[in-house]
Amino acid sequence: MQPRRSLPLTRTHALFLALACIHAAPSIAQGALTTPSIWAPASTPANEIYHLSLFVLLVTGAIFAVVGGLLAFVIVKFHARKSDAGHEPAQIYGSTQVELAWTVIPVLIVVVLFLTTARIIFAIQDAPEPKSALDVTVVGHQFWWEFRYPRLGIVTANELHVPVSTQLRPEPTYLRLLSADVDHSFWVPQLGGKTDLIPNHPNQMWIDPQTAGLYLGQCAQFCGIEHAKMLLRVYVDTPDQFDAWVKNQQQPGVEDQSVAAGRHVFEQQACMNCHTIAGTAAKGIFGPDLTHLMSRATIASGAAANTPDNLRAWIRDPDTLKPGALMPAMQLSDQETDEVVAYLTTLH
Amino acid sequence: MADQTYPIPGTLDIAPSRGARLLEWLHTWVVTVDHKKLGILYIVYALFFLLVAGAEAMAMRIQLAVPNNHFLSPEVFNEFFTMHGTTMVFLVGMTIIFGIGNYLVPLMIGARDMAFPRLNAFSFWMSAFGGLLLYSSFVGGFGLYGVGSAPDVTWWAYAPLTAKAFTPGHNTDYWALSLIVMGFGTLGAAINTLATAFSMRCRGMTLFRMPLFVWLMIVTSGLTLITITPLTAAQVMLIIDRYLGAHFFDAQAGGAPIVWMHFFWIFGHPEVYVLILPAFGIASEVIPVFSRKAIFGYPAMVAASVGIAFVSTTVWAHHMFTVGMTSVGNTFFVLSTMMVGIPTGIKIFNWIATMWGGKIRFATPMLFCTAFLFQFLCAGLTGIMLAIAPWNWQLHNSYFVIAHFHYTLTGSFIFCIFAAFYYWYPKVTGRMLSEKLGKWHFWLFFIGFHLTFDTMHFVGMLGMPRSIYTYEADRGWSTLNFWISMGGLIQGVAVLIFAWNLIHSYLHGQEAGNDPWDAWTLEWSVPSPPPAYNFAEDPVVRSRRPLWDLKHPQDPDWKYER
Repeated sequence: MQPRRSLPLTRTHALFLALACIHAAPSIAQGALTTPSIWAPASTPANEIYHLSLFVLLVTGAIFAVVGGLLAFVIVKFHARKSDAGHEPAQIYGSTQVELAWTVIPVLIVVVLFLTTARIIFAIQDAPEPKSALDVTVVGHQFWWEFRYPRLGIVTANELHVPVSTQLRPEPTYLRLLSADVDHSFWVPQLGGKTDLIPNHPNQMWIDPQTAGLYLGQCAQFCGIEHAKMLLRVYVDTPDQFDAWVKNQQQPGVEDQSVAAGRHVFEQQACMNCHTIAGTAAKGIFGPDLTHLMSRATIASGAAANTPDNLRAWIRDPDTLKPGALMPAMQLSDQETDEVVAYLTTLH
Repeated sequence: MADQTYPIPGTLDIAPSRGARLLEWLHTWVVTVDHKKLGILYIVYALFFLLVAGAEAMAMRIQLAVPNNHFLSPEVFNEFFTMHGTTMVFLVGMTIIFGIGNYLVPLMIGARDMAFPRLNAFSFWMSAFGGLLLYSSFVGGFGLYGVGSAPDVTWWAYAPLTAKAFTPGHNTDYWALSLIVMGFGTLGAAINTLATAFSMRCRGMTLFRMPLFVWLMIVTSGLTLITITPLTAAQVMLIIDRYLGAHFFDAQAGGAPIVWMHFFWIFGHPEVYVLILPAFGIASEVIPVFSRKAIFGYPAMVAASVGIAFVSTTVWAHHMFTVGMTSVGNTFFVLSTMMVGIPTGIKIFNWIATMWGGKIRFATPMLFCTAFLFQFLCAGLTGIMLAIAPWNWQLHNSYFVIAHFHYTLTGSFIFCIFAAFYYWYPKVTGRMLSEKLGKWHFWLFFIGFHLTFDTMHFVGMLGMPRSIYTYEADRGWSTLNFWISMGGLIQGVAVLIFAWNLIHSYLHGQEAGNDPWDAWTLEWSVPSPPPAYNFAEDPVVRSRRPLWDLKHPQDPDWKYER
């Protein structure tokens, strides 16, 4: 999948890049790089959309200049003056030739825009899946993301890891999008457009990020009370990082005798009804898989940093971090809570 | 013997008390079937809800002014944006167009009243009670079991979020039922408008001599019949799903949430045109009068309006580019959507050509219409951007979309509605609205509008999705959101000035006379406010501008019109 650069747009390119920089200026001021801007594409679909959008901006910009200019001219030139009071201007009722002209020209513009667009639709949507592609199944839940790697035997949540895809070593990621409850939408602007996750309607999209790093996104279809905190983090790993991550994720949960009390609480209480920790009795499927909880930077789908304090607050009452989250307050004693948190923090 | 009268001792002319007179006055408004009174009822009702939905918007903007704010809880925020959208579309937009239409259509075509006065009253009260039903959800959403709960499923209410499993209270029921009730009111108003325009025109008023506003009310009413029907059907299916165990949209039982999307947007997209077409009609009345020229290309304007209506019924799935349609399906809706640009382009060019060579008076109505032209141009161009399916995959459900449709519904529709207020208020009340307050209203609203909605385009392109009650500080959206909120407050102030102007001018405004704008359509030939019977004698017209013909007997329109 080569990024298409068939639109010769060097000068306008520069212009719109400058525009994009202006848009991004406030974000840079506020701490850079975490802004999920569509003007900083890092994957072929996002890139193709980016180039198409520059072309469309050029065309619409030209229309804006012409029609807006006409309007401005009319306002300035033909406003009533004190001197010409009393006389009505010449009455003109219309002109077939002029009407034809301003019908035909827009038709031609539509044809050009349509053909350009159609080409990109087919290029992105119908791109055949190469053998080297990584398959990931994304399941949307109220209000978190489940990621399953069927060929690698990995299940994780909220933080998607994918390998970088280079020209020498193309490894695009194909996402199969499902929903466990209501509609959601997977949107990481720098990697590609959004695609909805709809129950009974499996969808697919693909990305091939070319630069390693962290890309942010979030659910883009209202899915209930905590839609705003259904955040999404995509880590694009170098091949070595990705291999190491896969290797770690394929291990069962760490068994550490020093936190056996916490594990006991986890297995005796309702925790295990919803959460899985591979290698233990906990096999619940309603909540995120916690086997490698500590390999993730955030909890509650990005609503809070993954620290022992936040874990404790979350277990005590999820509403303090994410009011409306479906996990109930667990009603554990302070000691039990401490034990469970101690256990969870060993799950690297 | 029978005609003999018997004097009754004592006297009956007891002066009625103040309260009794007030009751009697209220009674005349409740039982009225007069199109002018019903029109005013519609408009006052819409204005009230404009303030309510505007207040909801203000609260949301305060919440979003800074990241991780706690001004509104997630529940209340979700209720507010659901109610803001539903209110603005159904209680403000739909009622105000049929209110203005009700008032003006009979006057413009030289008729005594609407074709079905009783249906007219019925339609209004259905719409009114539908709105009250919707708002009573704030007190009764959970019935007897708890505090109130307004609908919180967004105004497009995608299945299966509306299923019993996900919204167990009654808030979704309030939403669906009130839309059904209002839908019947709207259908009645649309049928009435069509019947009036087709069968009540005065002598000489051929279809091609009707004012463009009447034409656009015809097109809008026809489109209403096409669009409200699938919406009502979908609501009925939803209620059956929720209470009678059907599975139209219930994915867990094999239903198809996508079917809801199709039903909703087959209604939802043409609905935008239902609202914007009467606004076009208003602009087509105001721009010629204030440019002192006949409308340029009247037949093309009519053809473009009808064309927009037809094309608009084929574009609905451009709201669904991200739901996983086939590439061929996506391509079709790209083309059909772009086609809308052609007739709308024709209209913009004709308005500019009308102004070309004129002597434009920038009174408040014309200021609003000029700003409308500019904003509608921008809205059309961002509409083209959203029609580019691949780009739509990025922009869909982002703040860019919010910016785009507020450019159409606020920047175009509401601006034209304000123009209509300043233009026809003298006809309705007999008094002019204050020009000074009008200019304040215009410029504040214009500045606030652009501050808010121009900025929203950018924050959307930086990845901010809609419907979120808060956002993280590290996303780079904070500064922009702060300015969006500031713009919102400026618009709020402008609307309050407008409301004050309406009240103040009603009591102290300058007397208007029959024809304060030196205009040309029939409503300006009758006194302001018009008498109950409208026309003392049936008017006869020979051209599209009957009052021009009267004012310029040497140079009448009927000599030149084609």
